Amino acid sequence: MSEVDPSRPLVGQPVRRVEDARLLRGRGRFVADLSPIAGIHHAAVVRSPHAHARVGAVDASAALALEGVIAVVTPDDARRLLRPFGVGVGGAEPYWPLALDTARYAGEPVAVVVARDRYVAEDAADLVAVDYEPLAPVLDVEAGRVVSDRSFRYGDPDAAFAAAAHRVEASFRFPRYSSTPIECYAVVAEWDAAAGEATVWSNFHGPFVMQPLIAASLGIPENRLRLVVPADIGGSFGIKSGVYAYIPLIALASRLAGVPVRWTADRWEDLVASQAGTDRLTRAAAAVDAEGRILGLRLEILDDVGAHLRPPEPATLYRCFGNLVGPYAVEHLAVEARAVLTNRPPTGLNRGFGGQQLYFTLERLVEMVGRRVGLDRVEVRRRNLIPAQHMPYRTPTGGVYDSGDYPALLDTLLREGDHTGMLAERDRLRRAGRLAGVGMAMIVDPSGTNLGYIDLARTPEERGRGLGKSGCTESATLTMDPMGGVRLRIATAPEGQGHETVAAQIVADALGVPMAAVRVDPSIDTASQVWNVSSGSYSSRFAPIVASAIHRACAALRERILAIAAEILEVDAADLELVGGGVRARGSDRAVPLRRVAGVAHWDPGALPPGVEPLLSVTASFSSELARSPAGDDTVDSSICYGGVGGLCLVDIDPDTCAVTLLRYASVHDSGRILNPLLADGQVAGALAHGLGGALYEELAYDPDGNPLTTSFMDYLCPTVREMPELRIHHLRGDTDFVPSRAKGIGEGTCMAAPAAIASAVTDALSGHGVEVTELPVHGGRIWEWLHTRERGEP
Amino acid sequence: MREVRLSVNGRPVTARVEPRTTLADFIRERALLTGTHLGCEHGVCGACTVLLDGVAVRSCLLLAVQAEGAEVTTVEALAGDAGLHPLQDALHRHHGLQCGFCTSGILMSLAELWPRRDQVSRDEIIDCLGGHLCRCTGYVGIVRAAEDAFGLPAGDRG
Repeated sequence: MSEVDPSRPLVGQPVRRVEDARLLRGRGRFVADLSPIAGIHHAAVVRSPHAHARVGAVDASAALALEGVIAVVTPDDARRLLRPFGVGVGGAEPYWPLALDTARYAGEPVAVVVARDRYVAEDAADLVAVDYEPLAPVLDVEAGRVVSDRSFRYGDPDAAFAAAAHRVEASFRFPRYSSTPIECYAVVAEWDAAAGEATVWSNFHGPFVMQPLIAASLGIPENRLRLVVPADIGGSFGIKSGVYAYIPLIALASRLAGVPVRWTADRWEDLVASQAGTDRLTRAAAAVDAEGRILGLRLEILDDVGAHLRPPEPATLYRCFGNLVGPYAVEHLAVEARAVLTNRPPTGLNRGFGGQQLYFTLERLVEMVGRRVGLDRVEVRRRNLIPAQHMPYRTPTGGVYDSGDYPALLDTLLREGDHTGMLAERDRLRRAGRLAGVGMAMIVDPSGTNLGYIDLARTPEERGRGLGKSGCTESATLTMDPMGGVRLRIATAPEGQGHETVAAQIVADALGVPMAAVRVDPSIDTASQVWNVSSGSYSSRFAPIVASAIHRACAALRERILAIAAEILEVDAADLELVGGGVRARGSDRAVPLRRVAGVAHWDPGALPPGVEPLLSVTASFSSELARSPAGDDTVDSSICYGGVGGLCLVDIDPDTCAVTLLRYASVHDSGRILNPLLADGQVAGALAHGLGGALYEELAYDPDGNPLTTSFMDYLCPTVREMPELRIHHLRGDTDFVPSRAKGIGEGTCMAAPAAIASAVTDALSGHGVEVTELPVHGGRIWEWLHTRERGEP
Repeated sequence: MREVRLSVNGRPVTARVEPRTTLADFIRERALLTGTHLGCEHGVCGACTVLLDGVAVRSCLLLAVQAEGAEVTTVEALAGDAGLHPLQDALHRHHGLQCGFCTSGILMSLAELWPRRDQVSRDEIIDCLGGHLCRCTGYVGIVRAAEDAFGLPAGDRG
């Protein structure tokens, strides 16, 4: 375990986390731990037991008669007092957070009970009588209604396919899973009837583009909706972005009950009605020349977004649009992108968001290309990788890859991941009668979303008529207190990533103060701090975007500090440096402590030099000029930075039970500069667990009537410590000059790559049985079915 | 309603509760100690683990009335005036927590083993951790921390 050298800059060192002090002592403050206001009552949500049903009369009288119950929110209340969420795409109905006349998935909210405590509220929820008239559910994505449908052409795909020596095609199914944070959705809402305002404490972590949508749903101006998010959120991985849909509902419950209302979801609610990643069917084809170079791709993508096109969907289709070709130099594409409604719960952000779906298809297809032309999986990739000298590289879909050397990444993956050793181990296992396989994946890891990509769901003509969408803005407010202490406020609402620590590292370096002198507050209060629609935690945006905003805030405060110190020391500001908690004239011992500088600004502003504001507080922002709305030809640079990630793994399959074990995994990254290697590796290990879960264990399953089958952790299987493989992590010495932080995101790449790498390994393990893995998860039951179907000679 | 008397972290707590009140809710809402977290309320995730007379239990699966007269130890009791408990310190040094929501339960399960730490094997530690779900860390830092705290050589899991 490497130690921290305090004489060197803290950024880049394995600094231990400041968050740990409270979390280890049980002194974290999560939403369920907060009692921010007196008189809180508790809500329970009444949910549809049918995947599809007409909702008739809702009779709350028995519930209201129960002692301790004070209100029941019915569909009529919602119709009267709420408005539907706006949906950005023409084909979809407005989205109401409560089923008004039709329930469209099993678990959809139909009513909300408010009572003295949660026990009574749940009792009363059972007493709400709802007349349901069951309707036939649609569960097959190919039979569902298409609500967003766009066709894209980049380059000349027809010519590419006409000129191809080979056409390789297949269909791929990526499953629906959720990264199930251990803390479930939690909301406390208070409706202030006098002011017509709502205050909501929740574990919503953004994107805060939802704030005006929530306000609109409540029928109040956005400055009358105060969203508060504590500094501690018990994990999310994107899943908790969906809590926003419950906020109007609980605020309405508070409005009707006349008291503040708390709703804390339980695990059943989390699994049946929170949010999941999108399950995707992709029909893919590659046009390939005689040497195995991929000339063009056709992708027909069907995303099952569930019962509603809930914002920000259909974003899963587009989050990876700039990097649709992955690390490969493919120039011609034809893409059909469709979002389809079925009677399953709505989808949304889940760690990797669109990446694992894309790369599962792309990487499986590339290996099929290799087999067609007689290239092994290393060589077929090498032949198609974008050469390093082409960086920065503009992809046909408009992405601008800022930096990277993918051929070197591949070489490093094979070397550091011990490809030779894995092959030897595989062969040893095979000789012992096991089904063993080695697999790999190479992906491009986008970070720092340009929200403009979402506008690809509209045609250029539709986009031309209204306001454009673009941006990745974040800001940071840095303040020096009267005694020289430093406070940083950022609007990120982290869920365990360690933003307080890394932000303090950056500020300590920039201002020449110890980390302990820096207090970072990443909590959110939309009524009292600077934020914008792209604020929050998602798309691995801390390293490229938020850290860059912090750099800018430091530079601005530094300038003000130096101007004051120059006056005190009678030295030109250009000759001053911030070091050791003070300002010093370079090459001399003339120095002034920061508290003296702060003292002038706070207590003796009359002594400030002319033109210097009497305020040691700055708010600075960062937004890349690359974040533009989609162009008329439907190109868009969907992320600001693009890292390179390689995954290599070894799986063992028991020939009798078909149980799959991931024995070894190597993850190699080029993520620009690493801000904190301890935390970076923690992100990689966590992302692997999610990728492993999605590949082998986790699937939100439904019966033919649309009833959820995975409603507890007894049947929705998350990886435990026993399922984790031996893990090797390696970082290339990367860099990027596209962002001031010179750092790219690192928290999502491995969960995008791992499902593809594991599928590759399972295909290798079953190579003697003619099985090509084109769907996940690949658990033992599925493998057993494949092997035994083949043995019986069935297709 | 029924009166329940028990001791939490050495302090007596008495409250009148419904017999169906879980021990977890009693700890959080009556003893006002919110370090014990609820992750699944059906005994799988382990976030709510506390010690009941020294034995690790899922406080979401016990009723408060079942703990009548018992000594309950929660995560808040681990750190003393002198600083973090060695298990907490090891998790800190090895980055064994991210969001920290599952951490309290993991600490209490490991704390059950702590009194006989000289005889604890690596298998026992993995078995112990196998009863907990952590969705942030991939368990790598947790295993390293536990190995370090119990004085075991680092294994091959990362």
